Amino acid sequence: MSTVAQADPAASAGSAGPLAHRRPLGDRIFQILAAAAGVLVLVILALIAISTSQQASSWFSTAGWNIFTADWNPATNSFGALSFIYGTIITAAIAIILSVPISVAMALLLTEVVPRRWARPIVYVVDLLAVVPSVVWGLWGILVFAPWLQHIYTSIASGVKGIPVLDALFGQPVSGASFFTCGLILAFMITPIVTSLSREVIATVPAIDKEGAYALGATRLEMIRGAVWPHSQGGIVGAVLLGLGRAMGETIAAALVIGSSPVITSHLFAAGYDMPAVIANQFGEASGEFRAALIGLGVLLFVITIVINLIARGVVERSARRHRGA
Amino acid sequence: MAATEQPAVDLREPAGWRRTKNQIATVAMVLAFGIVLIPLGFVLFTVIAKGASAINWSFLTGGPIPPNVVPAGIGGMGPAVVGTLLITGLAAVIAVPLGVLGAIYVNEYGGRGPLARVVRFMADVMTGVPSIVMGLFIFSIWVLHFGYSGLAGAFALACLMLPVVIRSSEEMLKLVPDPLREASYALGATKSRVTLTVVLPAAIGGIVSGALLAIARAAGETAPLLFTILTVTATNANVFNGANTALSTQIFTNATQPYLGAQSRAWGAALTLIAIAFILMIVARIVTARFTRYSN
Repeated sequence: MSTVAQADPAASAGSAGPLAHRRPLGDRIFQILAAAAGVLVLVILALIAISTSQQASSWFSTAGWNIFTADWNPATNSFGALSFIYGTIITAAIAIILSVPISVAMALLLTEVVPRRWARPIVYVVDLLAVVPSVVWGLWGILVFAPWLQHIYTSIASGVKGIPVLDALFGQPVSGASFFTCGLILAFMITPIVTSLSREVIATVPAIDKEGAYALGATRLEMIRGAVWPHSQGGIVGAVLLGLGRAMGETIAAALVIGSSPVITSHLFAAGYDMPAVIANQFGEASGEFRAALIGLGVLLFVITIVINLIARGVVERSARRHRGA
Repeated sequence: MAATEQPAVDLREPAGWRRTKNQIATVAMVLAFGIVLIPLGFVLFTVIAKGASAINWSFLTGGPIPPNVVPAGIGGMGPAVVGTLLITGLAAVIAVPLGVLGAIYVNEYGGRGPLARVVRFMADVMTGVPSIVMGLFIFSIWVLHFGYSGLAGAFALACLMLPVVIRSSEEMLKLVPDPLREASYALGATKSRVTLTVVLPAAIGGIVSGALLAIARAAGETAPLLFTILTVTATNANVFNGANTALSTQIFTNATQPYLGAQSRAWGAALTLIAIAFILMIVARIVTARFTRYSN
């Protein structure tokens, strides 16, 4: 069926029949070059995995399961990564919780509410968030945003003093550079990608479903809940996962605003650390076992983001295929 | 006529709570956009306000980059501007042709075959690899053997750009209508000739604009450069040999300094970097507007 749909005279001539012998050498060389460029993607991914794990192997073999302890002290050659893994999860979670409702609301605004000629400038503006380089977010974050946030953190902390759960989460602000500041900036940075992916998913909802809902007398909100949401749920989960992957791997902004303190604490306003940030900040002075440990953190990060991306792309593709088939 | 007494059907807009809820939802969506504008406006305003006072001609061209303690106004970011342009340019020279070739394979040759599908899927996955991992990768595979250089930085940026260029170019090739290819085959052209002289020119506008956007993103990247170019303070016009420098890594090292001169240089460099990204983006829009023949 797919061969009929993709009628391709040259390919059929090339694969079989007498014409195959007459295909010029240049034509075949070009095909090989193109295929090599395509396969390069797979080669690079494999090389990343092999070369970085080779450089990190001494950390993995000497530390063993101790890599999952919280003891990180280059002076004593103990490299436990738990506090960085914790920080990565916490900051990415904050970013997702803050960014996803805004992104999905904006995706709905763009697809279902505003007319198309207004949607374009709005998309440009949202995409500007992605044009601001990571390091500029970090610079602004540490010099302008964090000092400003510190006042807010202090007043929130005094407000929740003594309240059981809230005190544990929002008490004791140390400075403006913290898990929460990092999560906020990551949220700004992943909003464009989550918005545009959600918008793509929502745009595939068949017009007939939406018109059907309206014909039954639904308001726009009811139409979104009844027709758009069931259709795009899966795809939006994929978009959120891709945003999560981005948030976990984002390096420079995090390195500048997270506070650089390897601790595991429930206080969101406390200075912390995450995996990409510690690599960026400490790699310059590292050698030997220390360097192996930092590259090893990179390997962990690579594995985590690859797994998240594989799942996310799988989810997006499956939901897209299901709806195309239906 | 009067025999069938119809109950009065209310065909007006839904009233009451349902209508209110709908309005609340609409307001919330507009509000979401407003919330996004706040940090964007805040960051752009700060960078322009603080950067504009730092930037002048000698800032952009002068060098070497002074030590952190030196107050603003002395020396310049010239070496970093040169480094950013050279390294990003070299990365584009490496990644764009390979990316376009890869897209040609995926769309023109591979089609729905298993290898093309794997390449397409893994290119998507590769866009999600953190930029710092690319830096570590090039450090392990290149810098450890051949030392720090602009070329190493360009390799790291090229690794980030490659999957983006493949995917954006593929989307553009997909838009070229099949009858164009078939007409060309009918004249007896080989597949490579059809691709290079018919399909590629038809899609070139979109491909160039996608590539420019990828370059704009790469120009602002810091993490892949940290361990590959080693951020020096003097101009190194030889990208193939010796440590180099870039605007992004200069911002990173200056941002954490307590000295006002260093901070001012960081703001100036930030504005320069954003200006470069914006110029590339605007050129991409112009290219899209002028040379796009087929679009969805």
